[in-house]
Amino acid sequence: MDLDMLWYLVPSVIMFAAGVYGFMTRKNMIAMLISLELMLNAADLNFVVFNRFLFPGQMEGMVFTLFAIAIAAAETAVAIAIIVNIYRAIGNTDVNDADKMKY
Amino acid sequence: MDSTSVANIILYSVTALIVVVFSVMAVTTRKILRAATYLLFVLIGTSLFYFQLGYQFLGAVQIAVYAGGIMVLFVFAILLTHKPNEAAPVLLTHRSKMGVLVSVAGAALLLLAIFYMPIAHDMTLAGCLGSDITIKEIGRAFTGTDKFQYLLPFEAISVLLLACIIGGVTVARKR
Repeated sequence: MDLDMLWYLVPSVIMFAAGVYGFMTRKNMIAMLISLELMLNAADLNFVVFNRFLFPGQMEGMVFTLFAIAIAAAETAVAIAIIVNIYRAIGNTDVNDADKMKY
Repeated sequence: MDSTSVANIILYSVTALIVVVFSVMAVTTRKILRAATYLLFVLIGTSLFYFQLGYQFLGAVQIAVYAGGIMVLFVFAILLTHKPNEAAPVLLTHRSKMGVLVSVAGAALLLLAIFYMPIAHDMTLAGCLGSDITIKEIGRAFTGTDKFQYLLPFEAISVLLLACIIGGVTVARKR
């Protein structure tokens, strides 16, 4: 028994499914963003696993994950700025209450 | 089975348990600050996976950027927009059922796909772990324009980060 690709893909699938569940059921914008981060993280883990097990001599998957982490940081910063602005406008961060483009 | 392989399996089991348990708890807990804390544990568990797979630099970046930077942003945003100890309201039942259905069906489909993947058992971790990737190689990959070198995306990311800083300040500033 030795570790192969399947061992790492199974936690990744569960992480992704948890993210899908949270994104569909939560109404709070920050909780939805947390679920989104879970899904992104599962995708990053897949890039790295496929790189290690299928192309061990190269590092393209790792480079892709580095770029994905940088983009995720940028995306989260802008999303949180928007959420703070929405909180200032409507008093909470519930997606159902944010139904006007301009306050 | 030698001792390195046993140690790898033990490390894998602990990490996989952390990742699976805390990712489920992060989306089922009713308190938002706890969800953020569980997400932090999931991110640290993922970085342990990166370390185990031999990508030390990537694991360090994951801890510094995700577990350090993004989590601070999350905690600040939560403390700015929530009262302490405020629980999320109970979810609507049909919506919750729909979420369970979609996520379980999706996970089952993906698991079916990866269990029947023909290449799944071809390579083992011990056979794949070669020499470590040095910082020199990573630096060369980010600062060249040849094949397998990524100067243009690297510069595009820096422009994106600048745009993100300006956008964040513009959106969130007090009018």
